[in-house]
Amino acid sequence: MPKFKPGDRVRIRVGSPPGHFRTPTYIQGKIGTIWTLYGAFRNPESLAYGGDGLPAQFLYCVCFDQTQVWEKYAGSSQDKLLIDIYEHWLEPV
Amino acid sequence: MYQAKKEPGPPGSLSQGGGEIRGQVPQLEGYRSVSTRGEVSMYKEDHDHEAHASIQDEREFTYYAKRTEAIQSLLIEKGMITADEVRRAVEDMDSRTPALGARVVARAWVDPTFKARLLSDAKAAVAELGIDTSPLSVLVAVENTEKVHHMVVCTLCSCYPRSILGLPPDWYKSLNYRARAVVDPRGVLREFGLELDPEVEVRVLDSTADMRYLVIPARPPGTEGLSEEELAKLVTRDSMIGVAKARTPDKG
Repeated sequence: MPKFKPGDRVRIRVGSPPGHFRTPTYIQGKIGTIWTLYGAFRNPESLAYGGDGLPAQFLYCVCFDQTQVWEKYAGSSQDKLLIDIYEHWLEPV
Repeated sequence: MYQAKKEPGPPGSLSQGGGEIRGQVPQLEGYRSVSTRGEVSMYKEDHDHEAHASIQDEREFTYYAKRTEAIQSLLIEKGMITADEVRRAVEDMDSRTPALGARVVARAWVDPTFKARLLSDAKAAVAELGIDTSPLSVLVAVENTEKVHHMVVCTLCSCYPRSILGLPPDWYKSLNYRARAVVDPRGVLREFGLELDPEVEVRVLDSTADMRYLVIPARPPGTEGLSEEELAKLVTRDSMIGVAKARTPDKG
């Protein structure tokens, strides 16, 4: 079962595990809101090294307010950043 | 065994790693060509064929080109893939262009029920038009309106819906675009010639995972009488990445 549902607030974990991972460092530590649950997908951190990618990880589109991500964001306050993040990188807020 | 001199591409990318064979490509008159060393030369319309040196393959193999070549040679040698399979994969990739995406968008503009299906399950909707979607993992369509503007980037590499847009443009893969699209999207759009009102909500999609995003640009005003084919000509690659609007019939 997915841990999160649309509307839930989440913090992106901070970390640089050795090898391949697909959580951009610029978003680590930031708080966002679950926008969409896309389903379960094989874990790229395992797939990148010939692994089977299992157990599959739930993948979410997480929404961030740009003004919360960048201190000096030059756009409008309603601007958004939508990033696809695997569940093991998310922690509840 | 494998003698062809190939253009280097990013590792793991058959579609780019096995590019055309430079030096055997006939140069068209008046064709603006980027030479193998990167400088741009312009052939005059009336140039004399005797006037320039013969076209040669001057490129020195880069690290990644050598690595791609070595891995490909090994895989062929071990019988895991054939040279013809590589060629076919490159040929298939090169046959895919933004015209496919433009057909999808034009259909969405004229058929609201198709647009609804496209927004809920884009891959299935695209397949309805007879477009081969088998290389796609998951396709997500997002709609640009008067109030919301989406633009797509892959900050980690260059994820792109190649099956329906073809190969991504060079700028899409550049560090400059990838870094700045998320930090200053409005500034980047301005550089592309698109100034958005402050009231418009800008949504930047960073495609970091299995999703590939297709932007459905807003249908331009004054296109009510146009056929689906005519509409498709207004849908450009850049408008489907979200760095431009669709063309208008009068202005081009």
